[in-house]
Amino acid sequence: MNQSVFRLTLPILFGYLPLGMAFGVLFATQLDYPWWAAPVMGILIYAGAGQILAVSLLAAGAGLLEVFVAMFVLNARHLFYGLSLLGQFHGAGWRKIYLIFGLTDETYSLLTSRRRTGDKHYEQTVDFRITLFNQCYWVAGCALGALLGANVAFDSTGIEFALVALFIVLTIEQFKALGDIFPIATGAAAAGIAILVLPAAHQLVGAIVVVSVVLLVHYHKNRGLKPTEGVNNG
Amino acid sequence: MADTWYLAGFIAVAAAATFATRVIPFLFFQRHTEHPLVRHLGRYLPAAVMALLATVFLQRSATWNNALPGLDALLPAILVVGIHLWRRNALLSITSGTIAYMVIVQLNLIQA
Repeated sequence: MNQSVFRLTLPILFGYLPLGMAFGVLFATQLDYPWWAAPVMGILIYAGAGQILAVSLLAAGAGLLEVFVAMFVLNARHLFYGLSLLGQFHGAGWRKIYLIFGLTDETYSLLTSRRRTGDKHYEQTVDFRITLFNQCYWVAGCALGALLGANVAFDSTGIEFALVALFIVLTIEQFKALGDIFPIATGAAAAGIAILVLPAAHQLVGAIVVVSVVLLVHYHKNRGLKPTEGVNNG
Repeated sequence: MADTWYLAGFIAVAAAATFATRVIPFLFFQRHTEHPLVRHLGRYLPAAVMALLATVFLQRSATWNNALPGLDALLPAILVVGIHLWRRNALLSITSGTIAYMVIVQLNLIQA
């Protein structure tokens, strides 16, 4: 199982190692804290954009209330992720708390797009390992980056595109699984609107609000037409 | 020492805020997993969010103020789509797109 989980999470490794290292380098060069605080943040907070924001908050010595609000708002999109996984995580027992804790953008995308068998308990075990593997990559990246500091041996400029490429691939996989362009067009259009009217820091949340509203309207328009869908991925 | 306590408090608060965003749906909607709306969102939301993330991060990877705005990221993105539709091998698609982007950005192939 570990081998197939590793293969499944390999794209996340390529996304998380450089991104975690970017955070680590930023942490080590901008702040006066010991290097190991960077992987500790990767273990306890475990949020890509959140931790990068945290570096600037730490540098500014932000108040803890401000820290809470900033981190909550930045990660608010996760509120919507859990909704689509309620059924999938149901009955996962002790694993559930960690599955919820580790629900990053990338883990979410993997858990919702991979092929599943009917054996729910087995699939939850796989979900758990995927989450654990992903966090290991992230923490390793944080530690490596903080240790290396500014002395990156090769020119890794642009390697962060791996994350964009991953999202593109997963969008195509979602389309193939669903056979419906509607949600993809909705997501892309919502992102386009958010990019045009909102500052960068609020674009993700803004776009997710737009997507949610469209899906709610879509739900209410279709509710009268057909009974509950029998097919889903949960 | 005060700094260490500030860092510890900071990490605790940041961890709590992040975990809150992830756990709230499970605390308040747990008994509604069979609700048609939850199923509807479960069906369509992942695809919509993926397209959304792809669009937002693609836009951020691109340079928009040169003679060929956005092409530095759009060309690798098109390459990812093409290779993925052709071979449907995630690792191959991601690696080719990333290398293409790194070459374009590092060699400044698309001139300002």
